[in-house]
Amino acid sequence: MARNRSCLYEKYVWEVPVRLTHWVNVTAIIVLSVTGFYIGSPKTLGLVPADFVMGWVRVVHLTAGYAFAVSIASRIWWAFAGNRYAGWREFVPFVYPEGRRDMGRMFLYYLFLSRKVPHPTGHNALAGATYLLVFVLYLVMAGTGFALDAEHAPGGMMRVLLAPLYALFSNQGMRLTHHMGMWLLIAFAIHHIYSAWLMDVKERGGVMSSIFGGYKPVKRGE
Amino acid sequence: MAKNGDEHDEMKQHCFGTPGLWEERGVSRRDFLKFCTAMSAALALPVSLAPRIAEALESDSRPSVIWLEFQSCTGDTEALLRAANPTVGEIVLDVLSVDYAETIMAAAGHQAEEARLKTLKERSGKYIAVVEGAIPMKDNGVYCCVGGRSAVDIAREVCGGAMATITVGTCASYGGIPAASPNPTGAVGVKDAVPGATVINLPGCPVNTDNLVATVVHILTFGKLPATDSKGRPLFAYGKRIHDNCERRPHFDAGQYVEQWGDQAHRAGHCLYKMGCKGPETFHNCPTQRYNEKTNWPVGSGHGCAGCSEPHFWDTMTPFYRRLPNVPGFGVEATADKIGLGVAAATAAAFGIHGVVSALRKGDESDAGKEG
Repeated sequence: MARNRSCLYEKYVWEVPVRLTHWVNVTAIIVLSVTGFYIGSPKTLGLVPADFVMGWVRVVHLTAGYAFAVSIASRIWWAFAGNRYAGWREFVPFVYPEGRRDMGRMFLYYLFLSRKVPHPTGHNALAGATYLLVFVLYLVMAGTGFALDAEHAPGGMMRVLLAPLYALFSNQGMRLTHHMGMWLLIAFAIHHIYSAWLMDVKERGGVMSSIFGGYKPVKRGE
Repeated sequence: MAKNGDEHDEMKQHCFGTPGLWEERGVSRRDFLKFCTAMSAALALPVSLAPRIAEALESDSRPSVIWLEFQSCTGDTEALLRAANPTVGEIVLDVLSVDYAETIMAAAGHQAEEARLKTLKERSGKYIAVVEGAIPMKDNGVYCCVGGRSAVDIAREVCGGAMATITVGTCASYGGIPAASPNPTGAVGVKDAVPGATVINLPGCPVNTDNLVATVVHILTFGKLPATDSKGRPLFAYGKRIHDNCERRPHFDAGQYVEQWGDQAHRAGHCLYKMGCKGPETFHNCPTQRYNEKTNWPVGSGHGCAGCSEPHFWDTMTPFYRRLPNVPGFGVEATADKIGLGVAAATAAAFGIHGVVSALRKGDESDAGKEG
């Protein structure tokens, strides 16, 4: 295994915007979920009417929401401006034959039907496709979140800009969607961390540390 | 002093027209002008327009009103009639020449229908139609008939020829309770039944009489309908969210919630958010206008808002005593959080098992580790 260590080199895969938006998303999702739980089902923490517990929780929730939205928008931009590993093609592997083949291989490995662990330099194809769904979920969460916030100002710009969403959802349906979206993201986070760990161990491609440093060990010629 | 008084009267006459009409009806001049000022406030108009309102109400060109009642509980008529004292608002509607209103008119049967037809013919395009109750569309509208004609047929004739149609209550506006799932009669609101009609929606269960009177006053004063939102509701009454004008809002922001009916927080008047209050999703001026001559409103008396002025509230705002609706396809006891927790737990369990199997599994090959 260590015979030809020298043939490996550290390849810069995840650029700064990719890693930055990843960690902003992680932080935002944690903060949004914790504050969101309180907003959805609060406890009496105010002792006197002059307290501002829910007020502050909502301020934090909205601030994190804006940070999350900026992060999502930046990442979408970087999908067109960044390197090939950040590019939009990574997230739609199902549209080209090679991507479909890689998705199939990965799926067979997950189902214990194959012992061969695919080792792509960027995202594995199945993960890339999953992130497309996750991004759709992000957009749903941001859209419904801002739409719910905009209700306090019916004539306001945000309310007008998001008008199609109010036609798409009933008022309570929008709240339910926003709430269930959080649970789906929590389920995704569990899956995401597990899969990253699994791939780190099995694929031996240094995926876990790459999201911190940006480098992956790659064979020469790749 | 006397001279000053005369001057004052003269000015008043100049501003507000000649007195007399309202005194005859038992409304003092003072009360009448107070009413005009209150109306300018309800309509969110500058108080300087109060004289114009007074002028409009005293002119002789008051339009006829035809009050139609279909699939309703007569709650909106009751809201108007059951005021403890005869109010100026009530008299405004009275002197509007209400030519047809089944609950309050003296005429009955064919005589009543004749009165309606007479107004239709003589005042075509000039009368105001007020509709209370939903209109059933299924099976050619047989589920609500008056005088042998279906509601939809009457509505097409009356609302189609009206200067404007005011729908009072949620049923006439959006179908309301008759339209609640499974909507056996195919009930709809006036705008859906008569798409061509000029409709202004005053939903609520019941309609707030003050808003009805203010709408009529607006039409009389300016000769046109007040500005509306995307759901056809006048902005002066439905332009703000209940939650944002609620007297219990400080308790919401503070973090003080009623957890159980009758608990200490409930007795202290804290926020009803956790009891399923739909104030955060409902647009109406209940907190400021209130009901029954501004006596009270649901949240003021310790019960959460049911969202009654929103379309399809019976289907979308239920369960009334919970924040979130039931998740479609799951039982009523499965709350969104229970289901969500189940999803998260199932994910964790599935990947936990996958992890154990993966850890015990030997011989996986990765080309990453085998360089060269």
